[in-house]
Formats: sequence, structure tokens, C-alpha cells
Amino acid sequence: MSLRNLRNPGLWITVLAVALLGLWPIVTQRASTREEIFTVMLSVVLASSLNILLGYTGYVSFGHIVFFGLGGYVGLYLIIVQGWSLWPSMIAGGLAAGLLALLLGQAILRLRGSYFALATIGINEAMRAFINNFEPFGGPTGLSLNFQTYNQYGGAANALWLIYYIVLILAVFNIFLSYIVKTSKFGLGLMAIREDEDAAEVMGVITPRSKTWAYVLSAILPGVVGVLFFFKNGNIEPPQAFRLHLSIELLVMVMLGGYGTVFGPLLGAVGYQRLRGLLLTSDLFKNIQLAVAGLLLLLIILFIPAGAVGWLRQRFPVVRRFIP
Amino acid sequence: MCLSPSSQPSVEKIGSSLSKAVFRGGYMDILAFLTDGLLIGFVYGIAAMGLTLIWGVMNVINLSHGSIIALGMFALYFLFVSLGINPYIGVVLVAVLGLLLGMVIYAVAIHRVINAPHLSTLLATFAVNMIIIGLGTTAFSTSPRNVDFSLGSMSIGPVTILGTRAVAAIASVLITAALYYFLYRTTLGKYVRAVTDNRAAAELMGIPSARVLAFSFGLGTMLAAIAGGLIATFFPFTILSGTTYELKSFVIGVLGGVGNPLGALIGGLILGTFEGIIPYFLPTSWVPVLEFILFVVILLVRPTGLLGAKK
Amino acid sequence: MILQVSGVSKWFGGLKALTDVTFSLQEGQILGLIGPNGAGKTTLFNVINGVYKPSEGAVNFRGVDITGMKTYEIARMGLARAHQIVRPLNELTVRDNVMVGACFGRENHALGGARVIADEVMEFVGLEKRADQLASNLNIGQKKRLEMARALAARPYLLLLDEVLAGLNPAEITRMIDIVHKIRERGTTIVMIEHVMQAVMSVSDQVLVLDFGKPIAFGPPGEVANDARVVEAYLGDPELAKQLLAPSSDESEQDA
Repeated sequence: MSLRNLRNPGLWITVLAVALLGLWPIVTQRASTREEIFTVMLSVVLASSLNILLGYTGYVSFGHIVFFGLGGYVGLYLIIVQGWSLWPSMIAGGLAAGLLALLLGQAILRLRGSYFALATIGINEAMRAFINNFEPFGGPTGLSLNFQTYNQYGGAANALWLIYYIVLILAVFNIFLSYIVKTSKFGLGLMAIREDEDAAEVMGVITPRSKTWAYVLSAILPGVVGVLFFFKNGNIEPPQAFRLHLSIELLVMVMLGGYGTVFGPLLGAVGYQRLRGLLLTSDLFKNIQLAVAGLLLLLIILFIPAGAVGWLRQRFPVVRRFIP
Repeated sequence: MCLSPSSQPSVEKIGSSLSKAVFRGGYMDILAFLTDGLLIGFVYGIAAMGLTLIWGVMNVINLSHGSIIALGMFALYFLFVSLGINPYIGVVLVAVLGLLLGMVIYAVAIHRVINAPHLSTLLATFAVNMIIIGLGTTAFSTSPRNVDFSLGSMSIGPVTILGTRAVAAIASVLITAALYYFLYRTTLGKYVRAVTDNRAAAELMGIPSARVLAFSFGLGTMLAAIAGGLIATFFPFTILSGTTYELKSFVIGVLGGVGNPLGALIGGLILGTFEGIIPYFLPTSWVPVLEFILFVVILLVRPTGLLGAKK
Repeated sequence: MILQVSGVSKWFGGLKALTDVTFSLQEGQILGLIGPNGAGKTTLFNVINGVYKPSEGAVNFRGVDITGMKTYEIARMGLARAHQIVRPLNELTVRDNVMVGACFGRENHALGGARVIADEVMEFVGLEKRADQLASNLNIGQKKRLEMARALAARPYLLLLDEVLAGLNPAEITRMIDIVHKIRERGTTIVMIEHVMQAVMSVSDQVLVLDFGKPIAFGPPGEVANDARVVEAYLGDPELAKQLLAPSSDESEQDA
């Protein structure tokens, strides 16, 4: 990482895009806009994190949501049962997710291709089933926040804005992180692994270490936003926390925008959530929004597998400079 | 799609409540648990066979597997409820529909990406899953259905066997035998095996690999649909129920070995037994925990399956 | 001795791919590794650079026993390899491909230093004009040179070249042989597997002949070419035998 990297216009275009989008609800001060953009920013963090593993390293995680869920549980447990405040709980949630990735990474990152993807599903399901039985986390009923808790943060309305700001900052931070990883030596090693893991080893890339750190990096922020999401939500239950479907929506976002690019997950998250919003509010599509999203995914896979940004970068190489 | 365990009839819960109904106390009731598990295991085996057949032949993990199982359940339901067709004749019709559906899915969604990186086929099949679940939820809602059909039951000592389950188990064995006959005794079956072994070489030999792949995919979805149909004869279900069986099929797939039909059947029996025995020692809610841990452990230790892959 | 292979054997199930291979190589030399198809040449490379662990025997590289070490550990000690079947990192640019070699090889450069080395190496193999293209867009000859460039960018002490001439046209062969000569002039030790006999015989200081996994001759090219066992090993392939015995005859391309 050198300062030279930070002068890339593409990075700043991306950051500006996130910041402008994020400032919109702050300018309008409308709660409904804030909720909409909150979902988008949350998706940006999750998709962009996943991209470090999926897009840079080439490992398909179908169960990435396990980090979001575990982070959420650890955070809410600390807030509700141990009486911690939001800040340290947030950090603890991120660390718990990172630690899980570190431990899992030692084991399942040995698996290649589809086997890794399946193992991640297995782990998410095992975790969900386990938490369902884990009494400290409330078993099947989960944990619920006392409404009074929000008073520490200036009441519920203020707390919602506070959480929004944090998620916005995390989204911007995540773009930087994603960019720094991509343009670093570490990132070069990851991309070598993505293209040909055996060849990368022969060239001296310490693949187990690189993969594990990529996994950890892609797990921490989902853990942090898990705490924020469920804190805002007020309660957490196993099926919400470890929703395999959300995991796959994240894959769709990354694919839609263009995997392996910095801008892609952002575009994918915004595009997907916007589309979903449109479908949900349309009388015609409200009921079959899932089918329409599936059809969209299928069309992307079949016809523009590189995603929107990837397609632009292939088609117009000059774009590479401006869209990282 | 909602994966809440409370919104779908869970096999474990129903299995154990039935077992409790025939509870005799002492060591005898373990026999009841075991029988329940084993009989369901046969059907799990058929579902898993569909998954691993496709996986073995074309190295595609079919993530629409669960939704096709659910479609099988609904197809049987409507054939029985609306047209009054006997469920076992219904299963045959469901099989045909499953075969055709699979070939269509292959042509539309898979063929174009069959040689692309595995992510593409995973996502393509998942997209199909989303489409089916999305349309299915709209058409059938997510309220549970039930095929009201009974063949009575039979008691041997502490063990009570439901007729529908016994027939499903027998049907599963026959289907496995038929699959073996098809794969090893018919020309088309030999083509399927040739394409499994080495697609490029098979093409050089003049085997129309695209059509064989489409047919194999259809065969896999046919098995999924049959499994769904058989399950519908004894468990209530919703359009989302397939997910549970899809996940079980993954577990069985790695247990029995990819592309090994007999392995899938044995894997199904092992899983069924496992599910039957665990509730004897632990609350049933621990069953999925152990199942998925077992799944990940097998993947790590022996990714080709405990019983070996058929190559 | 930069490389010592002692008593290496390798089984795959019941199949013995290598039997008691022993040789050593002095710094700055070129060793030609020849033998009929399936003689175990690539397997020997895989054992040397840690892709396979030998069933028996040991490999010593620059005084360190590297038997059973990980591929990347061995690479980082200064052993680089160009594959027979090129393995470009397709979605990366040519420059990035070469930088991977410089970043993770012996000298463990940061990106800035790696970029300088990459530019130098690309010029050395004649890929400088392709630097910003994706590796997937190169033709086979260019991909072979990229494979070579990546290995060189690691600044290795020892370079394993696996049929870098295979699949090239005569003009490209001449160019590649020229590159090999230049590498040698820089003092890098080379082990090369090659089917183009004239090339092997002309550049090698020593030649090791493998047949069914067994070493049947080892020595200077002139000696080996006249070894009766070598001729016999190649009898199944009279064309090769003829070339081997008359190294200066035709220069036609020999497919692997």
C-alpha cells in the first residue's frame, strides 16, 4: 500500500458515490429514506466483505451470513445479558466473527470449489441448529432488547440515526478496505490463488495463510453490522440470524455488480435492493418478487457472468482507471 | 424464502412424536425409533440419489433440488386431491413430470454454463430454485398441505409400521434397482456412464453429450420429484419443505459418495438411523446440529464420501 | 552443490513412478532431463519442488533438506519453476502475473520493487509490449514466455524448466533457447526437461536420462548420447533415437 494508490480517481469516485447516497437521508431527514438507504448500506458492507473472499480469492461462501448472525448474537448477548454498551459489543461481535473465521479457515479452506461452498452451508446450518439449543442465547426464542436500552442513546429515534451513521461510516471504510486489499501485495497473492491456486503455491504464495486472512477480513465487518442490525431490530432469533437466503442474496449482489471489483459490490447492492424495493411496492410483482429476482440472477449468470462492472471493464478497458 | 424451522413440518419432530405414540418403555422403544428412522432413510436415499447423480455426471451441485422435491409433493397432492388418482399411480406420473422438468431446466439454465466455473452452475441452479419457490409461494401459499391417505399400520412387538412408509421404503429399493438396471444394462445408461467418466472422450466416440447431460439432469430431478411424492404420502408439507430434504441430501451425498446410487441409499439409511437414535439420547432439536457437524467433518476427512465415489 | 537428489523413489498406489533417482548439480550448470514419455521427468520435478513428497529418499537444496517441505516454502528459498502446461493467471495482466513471481519468490519484494523487476523481466523475455494485457489474451508462445518470466522474476537460484519449447514454432524455439542461454550467463542454475534433443544437447552441461522412472545414464551430453542403454530406451521411438545419436541433424519440432 502506497500513497500512490490513494491517488487513483476510481477509489474516490466510489467513495463519493457511497457518501452521496449516504448523505441523502441526512439531508432530507426522512425516516423512510433512512430505512431504505440503511438496508442498502448494510448490503454494501456485507457484499463488499464477501467480495474479499469470493471476488478476490475465488472461494464461494454460501453461508457467509453465519458471521452476521454470530456477531449479532454475541453483541446482543453482551448488551442484554451482560449490560455492555453498544460500542464494545459491536467490536466484540466483529471479533467473534473474525475468530470463527480464523478457526474455520484452518479447516475448511483446504476444501476446493464446490466442496468449500457446501461446507459453508453446513457450518451455517450447524450454527443455526446449535444456537437453537444454546440456552445462554435464548435457544429458539432468541434474545430481546428492553426498549429502555435505547434511552442511553437519546431514545429510540436517535438510536436509529446513530446506527445509520455508524453503518454509513462502515460502508465507506469497507470500500477503502476493499480497495487497499485489492491493490496490496496481499491482494495480489489472493488473486493469484483465485486464478490458479497450485500455480500460486509454486510461485511462493503462502496460500493457507493468505486464504485464512482473507476469510477473517471478510468476516469481521459482517459481524459488526450484525450487532448493529439486531440492536436496531430489538431482538434476534436463530432463523433470522442465519438466513441462508440472505447469504445467497449477497452472492447475487456481488455477481450483479461484478465480482473481484471494488465498485461492483456497491453497485450490485444498490441495484439489487432498489430492484427488490420496486418489486415489493409493485402490485404486479409484489407476490412473485422472489421469482423475478431469480430470473434476473439467471439472466446475469447466463449472459453477463462478469457482472455489470466486470462487463464494462472488459468491454471498455479505459474504464479500469475509473472503476476499480 | 424463510428457513424458520417452525414454519415447516420438521421430520425429526413428527418422527419422534410418532415414536412416542408407540412408546413401550425400556430398551424396546429404541426399536421403534430405529424402524421409523430406517424407513424414512430409504426415501432420503432416493432424494440424495437424485442430487448425487447430477453431481457425479456433470459436476453440478443442483441447488434447485429442494424446490423440485417440493414440486413433487405438490404434484402428487393435486393428482390425489383434484383428480382422485391413487398416490402410487400418482408417483409414476410425478416421475414423468420430474424427468421432463429437469430436461427443460437443463436446456434453459444449465447448458450454457456447464463448462463455466462452478460458481456459475451453483448460482444458476439457485436462481431456478428462487423462481420455483417464488412462483410456488404465489400459487400455493406457504400453508401446510396433507395428502389424506392411509394404508393402515402393522404392529410387531413394540414396533408399529405405517403402511405408507413401508410402501415408500419398498418403492425406494425398487427404484434403486431400476436405476442400476438402467445405468448398466441399457445403451442410454451406458452413455450416461461414459459421459460421467470422461465427457470429452465420450463426445469423440459420437455420444451426443448435450442430450445425455440433459437426460441425466432430468433423471436427477425425477428422483427428487419421486422422493417428494413419497414423502407427501406420510408427512404434511409446504412449498418450503424441500429445503430440509435438500440439506439432508447434501449430508447423504458426502456420506455415500458422489455419483454412487447404492451409496446414496445406504447413506440415507445411515442418516435415517442416526435421526432415529439420537432422540433417544438427546432432545430432537440436537439432531440437525449433529447432522451438520457430521456433514462438515466428512467433507474435511473424506470429501469423496465415506463409501467412496463411483467414478 | 546447489541440488542433491538422493535415492528418491515415488509410488502412486502400486505404480512406481520413480526408482532410486540420485544426482547432484553444481551451481551455474544446466542439467538436461530427458527420457521417453511417461519416464517420470515431470514427477521428478514435482518431487523436487514439493508438489509431491517422495516415498523414499531426500532432496537437498543449497544445503537444506527440503524433503516434504511445502511448495511455497521451497519457492521462497529460491527455487522457481516453469510448467509444461502453461498456467497463466488469466484474469490478471501480464505485469501482475510477473509481479506475483517477484513478490512471493526468493526476494519477497514489496509491490514497488516487484514492479521494477517485472518490467525488467518482461523486457528480457520480450513481453514488454504486452504488459497491460490480460494473460488470457496471449498466444501460446507468449504464454510460454510469460511462464518463464514469472519464474525468473523470483530471481531463483535454481530454475526448473518443463518443456518450455514444446508447442512452439521454430522461430519461437530459437528465441526461447536464446533466453535460456542468457539466463545461464547470469549464473542461474537450470534443470530442463526437453524433447527437442538438439536443444538439450547443445545447452546442457550434464544430461540425466530417465526410463520408466529409473535413471539409466548421467553425464556430459556427448557421453550420454553414445550410451548403449540410452539408445535402447529410445528404440521404441526410432525418430528420437536418430536425433539423439546425431544431435546436429534436423531441428524439427518434436511434440511432447
